[in-house]
Amino acid sequence: MIDVDFLIRWIHIVVGVMWIGLLYFFNFVQVPALAQANAEAGSGGPGPAAITKYVAPRALFWFRYAALVTWLSGAWYLQSAPQYSLHGVFTLGLMGETVNFQHTLMGMGAWLGTIMLFNVWMLIWPNQKKILGMVQATDAEKAKARRVAFLASRTNTMLSIPMLMFMQASNHKLPFFM
Amino acid sequence: MNPLDSLGGTVAAGVVLSIILAYVAKALAGV
Repeated sequence: MIDVDFLIRWIHIVVGVMWIGLLYFFNFVQVPALAQANAEAGSGGPGPAAITKYVAPRALFWFRYAALVTWLSGAWYLQSAPQYSLHGVFTLGLMGETVNFQHTLMGMGAWLGTIMLFNVWMLIWPNQKKILGMVQATDAEKAKARRVAFLASRTNTMLSIPMLMFMQASNHKLPFFM
Repeated sequence: MNPLDSLGGTVAAGVVLSIILAYVAKALAGV
């Protein structure tokens, strides 16, 4: 007998670790590494070419599809698990006859995760395609794309902190004030 | 200065946002 809810939740967490792990890789490793590589390129350093050619496209592939599968498996789980429903969670547990605080907490996390998915596919990926030369862009457009992608990525890093707090708080309570 | 320009600022902003949103969630639910 297979516990389908357990299986979906397991997939959600594994793929979610891949998504957020790569998000943290970009922010904590690749962005500072590119800055240093660019700064040292004129003084004998190898420059950023290997990172932008071999590492970034692969990382971005797994990053954006992990984000998509994380959201889809999360939505499937919320609809499938008996203690949740998509409607209940995305309306923050406020639409029933009584407030469902477990839904409020999961809903806060689900909305944060949804905003993060939007940032990945609508801001980070389209701008990264310009930065990495996958689509045509002028130098000015690339400079703008670099800033937008950077801020969207940093925003997601910031949002990941309350997102993870809320998703675990739904079953394990908030870490403060409770 | 945008706090998101530094990693420390980003993490600090995430923690502050967590505390604020925890209060918001409690206020919304009335608990």
